[in-house]
Order: sequence, then structure tokens, then C-alpha cells
Amino acid sequence: MAGVSLTKISKSYGALAAVDDVSIEIRDGELLALLGPSGCGKTTTLRVIAGFVPPTAGTVRFGERDVTAVPVHKRNVGMVFQGYALFPHLTVAKNVEFGLKVRGWDKARIAARVSEMLRWVQLEALAERQPRALSGGQQQRVALARAMANEPAVLLLDEPFSALDAKLRTQMRTEIRELQREAGITSVFVTHDQEEAMAIADRIGVMNHGRLEQLGSAEDLYKRPVSRFVAGFIGKCNFIEGRVTGPGRFEAANGQVLQFSGEHAGGPAALCFRPEHAVLAESGSAGSLAVTVRAATYLGPVTEFELVSDAGDKLLVSAPSSGDLAAPKAGDKLALTWRLQDAFVVD
Amino acid sequence: MGGASFGRIAFVSLVVAIFLFLLGPLVMIIWASVFADKILTFPPTGYSLAWYAHAWSTDAFSSGFLMSVKVGICATIGSLVLGVPAALAIERFAFPGRETIRHVLLSPMYVPAIVAGAAVYIYFVEVEILTTFQLAATFTGLVIAHTLVALPWTLRLVCASLVTANVSSEEAARSLGANAFQTFFLVTLPIIRPGMIAAAMFSFIASFSDLEKSLFLVGPGKTTLPIAIINYLEWSLDPTIAAVATVQILIIGTVLIVSDRFVKLGKAF
Repeated sequence: MAGVSLTKISKSYGALAAVDDVSIEIRDGELLALLGPSGCGKTTTLRVIAGFVPPTAGTVRFGERDVTAVPVHKRNVGMVFQGYALFPHLTVAKNVEFGLKVRGWDKARIAARVSEMLRWVQLEALAERQPRALSGGQQQRVALARAMANEPAVLLLDEPFSALDAKLRTQMRTEIRELQREAGITSVFVTHDQEEAMAIADRIGVMNHGRLEQLGSAEDLYKRPVSRFVAGFIGKCNFIEGRVTGPGRFEAANGQVLQFSGEHAGGPAALCFRPEHAVLAESGSAGSLAVTVRAATYLGPVTEFELVSDAGDKLLVSAPSSGDLAAPKAGDKLALTWRLQDAFVVD
Repeated sequence: MGGASFGRIAFVSLVVAIFLFLLGPLVMIIWASVFADKILTFPPTGYSLAWYAHAWSTDAFSSGFLMSVKVGICATIGSLVLGVPAALAIERFAFPGRETIRHVLLSPMYVPAIVAGAAVYIYFVEVEILTTFQLAATFTGLVIAHTLVALPWTLRLVCASLVTANVSSEEAARSLGANAFQTFFLVTLPIIRPGMIAAAMFSFIASFSDLEKSLFLVGPGKTTLPIAIINYLEWSLDPTIAAVATVQILIIGTVLIVSDRFVKLGKAF
């Protein structure tokens, strides 16, 4: 097996660029999530890898092999579709053997492989069932067994959990993650759910408007988002509008100077921090931000405060409910502080 | 509660009334087909199955029946050969003029049959004038016209089954290594098979019961059953007609019930 590399992939439909100059190196055995809102190009990117969509420009490689011009059925990909797309007229076993049959495997080898795959997804007992007689989770396991039977070079999953209810979704994603790791197969899955991506992917590629905004581990994306979009899409984030005036120096709209970590070119920007990284206090120091409480919502372990700064930025802070502060109320004037390493700047 | 039950009674009464209105004539015909009297009279003086025997021994009916079956089968095959590929192209590919083509192919359903029949007849005559190739009053001509009658049904039903059959089943097959032919024969065709069976049944019914288009196109000795019935009615009004009609109702009813087993017909319209 090998990794997959996308080099400068673009796909346009007329004037519309569905995918715009995307390059990704997917490592051997890695599970990569393509994450983004609907219409961001993640599904098109997946379909380019599968071979359903010919890219307008760029190269797709499986290992060393350039597959850009190779049609779908000769690419050797395994794909799990949204809604699974099981063949409704075939039994579970016949679904799994489909790919082996069209490749002309001999009968004994097919039978052995099918029972191996069904054992792998623990569905041996249901081999002769029709797909419609299975639960959503079982159908998904059949889809996975079918996709993996051919020993594909890469496994592609298109919103694989979207058809499941919330509880089963959590269970299935762990299950699929374990099966994927066990098989050691290079995999790409598409999702619009950031929690899902963070929970099971080795790395996440965040896409927006056809472009790859950032590629990294869940922690990279959360702690060091490179753009306002990524900062806002992965978790909740506060933005204070202003401009960078020097190294590590940020000037808010009202002229207050704040510090941030990392590097950023001068000019208009936003200073960001996460709601749980800021601390509210009765009175502040030089580096703290004066805020007014607009609302407080008690959520059990934490209380969420909606705040507004003197410069007019709306902020959200979540603080442990057992904090020292005597429950602030709407209208209270407080000071907000955060650690230098938790503050970063985006355009 | 009183209001609800009144509404329910009104609803049930309406449904019963509609069924009586629709089924009443059919029941009357079936009943009349076993009257003993030579002239339709009410109430009948006795009952007899003789009219069925008489119908079959009347050459116009037996040969008309066979002709209708033959034309129906040929038209069904014709409409499947044209309609299935057309439905696939329309549902699976985007190309300019797609909706226009769909409506052109469905148009035999919209155009009044008598107008279409006259148009086909005139067309056949024009073709004959140009090429000396005779189509009007031939079996071939009749089959062509009946294929037109059947085609919209095939297109409708096959399109409906293609819409329900998820495109991603076909994509799944492709990703598993199936080429275009394998995908079609191993996945698409089995998935739309119930739709195709229903299409065949409906095509046959549409052809078998067509009167108006055939009126212009039958030739001497090449009469279909509905036309044989019309011809017979001009001269006599005995229960033979009812017997023939009963046989026709039974055939069509059977085909409908069978096709409903393959495709819930309500879905297609």
C-alpha cells in the first residue's frame, strides 16, 4: 500500500471553481478528513481521487502511480457512499463479492475472501440477508466490507455517518476507525462535522470555497488556525478587530494595545482566543480587556458569558461554574485576561 | 366527535359512490354477457354461456383477438427497445434538449388519440407516395402506431424506477471495478427490472385497448379486437359484444394485477 498525493488539483464547472489548486500528501495508512461546509469542494475532491470527476488541472498519484487519466473501475479504490449504495437486489455476501467477481477471481478464492471480509466486520451470520433487512450500522459495515474486499489502494468515505442517528454515529465512527487502523489502509473521509473529524482523523484538511485552508492535526487546527475561517469553523472562537502594529503587538479598534504569540504581518487583522482560554476577573491589569456582561448562561460544569468589549467586539467566555467570581449578571463590568500563548492573530 | 364521524361517513359514501360509478358499467357488461336473450333485454329471461362460444366462433372476433395480441406483443417489444435506452439517457446524462426529448416521447399520451391516428395515417400515405412503400393498412404500420401508443408508458415507468434506483449504486459498481457494460447488466438492469416489467404490461394494455389510432390503420382482414367490436356493434346488439368485452376486461385486469406486484403503480404517476 501507499499514500495518495494530490498535486495542484483544480476542478471548474464553467466559471465556478469547485476545487481550486488543492495539493495534499496523504500518508501511507493515514486517515485524513476533508472538512468543510457544504459546497466547499470536499466531496468534489474525494470524487477526483475516486476518478468520478476528471480534474481540470493537476495530478492524482497513488504511491508512484499517476492515476489522473485512469478511469474509476481501473483505479482500485474502495468507496463507502453516503447512504451506502448497497446493491438492493443482491444479498450481503453477493454485495461483498461483486468487486471480486467483476475482476474475474476464481470461485474458491472469492468464497474465502468474502467470508474473511464478513468475519472482519462481524456479519457472517447475515451473509444471506437482503440489504434492506439490515440496520443502518449493519449496512454500513457491509458497505465497508464490500469496499475493502478488492484490497483497494485507498479507501474513500463520503459522509459515512450522516445517515445514522447520533448515538450510533459515535459508535460507528470508533468502529470504522478501528477497522481502518487494523487494515492499515490509506483513507480519506469527507465530513461537515468538525467533532467527527477531530475524533477519528489523523489529520484534517479544512476546505472553504474550493481551497484547502489548512491541513494539520486536530490540535494544530484548534491551537494554531491560519485563517479566520478555520478559527471559526473548528470550535468556537472570539475575534477582536484591529490591526497588527508590530511583532507580537496588536492594536484594538479603540486603541488598546494587546499582545499575541506567533508571527503575523502588519495590517488589519483580528486577535483571537478560545472561550475557555480567557478568565474573567473583577478588576484587571494593563493587559486585560474591559468588558460588559450581556448575558450569563449556566450550563452545569461551565457557565457561558456573552460579553461586549469597550470597542464593541462581541465575545464569548466559558468559565468553570465553581469559579471564585460571585455569579456575574448582565450589566456587570469586568476584566478579561488570557495567557499570551493562547492569543493568536488571523487576517 | 360527532363532526369527525359525520366527515368519515361522508368520505366513505363518496368513495363508494365513485367505485359504483367506475365499476358499475363493468359489472353490467359482465352480467349481460351471460344473458340468454338474443336481444339485450332487462330483466333477462335466463342465463347462458353460449355467447362466449359464439364470440370465439365469429371469425372477426377470434382473428381480431389474435391480431390484437400479436400487435400488442410487437408494440411492447418496440416500446421497450426504444424506451429503455431513452429513459437511461434522460435520467442518467445531462445534455441540451433533454426535457424537450422527454416531452416529445411522452407526447403520444397528451395528443388526442384520434388526432394522432389521423396524423400517423396521413404520414404513412405521404411516405407511400414518396417511396411506394406501403405502411397504412399493413401489420408493420399498425405495430409502428401501437409502439407510439405504448412508448410514453414505458418511458414513464422506466424513468420512475431509475429515479428511485440510486445513482450511487452504479457508482459503487464502477468503484468496485465494473466497466460500463458490467455496471449496466449487473446493477442498473436488475434494479430497474420491476419497472421494465410494469412498462411491458402497461405497453401491452395500451396497445391492446387502443381503438382510435387503429381505426385509420387497419386493413381488410387485419382488424384488431376493439375495431371488431365497433364493426359488430354497427349491425347487431346481442350479448356477444358483452362476452367479448368481458374477456378483454379480464385480460387487462389480470395484467394490471400482475404488474402491480412488480411496481406499486401509484409511485409511477
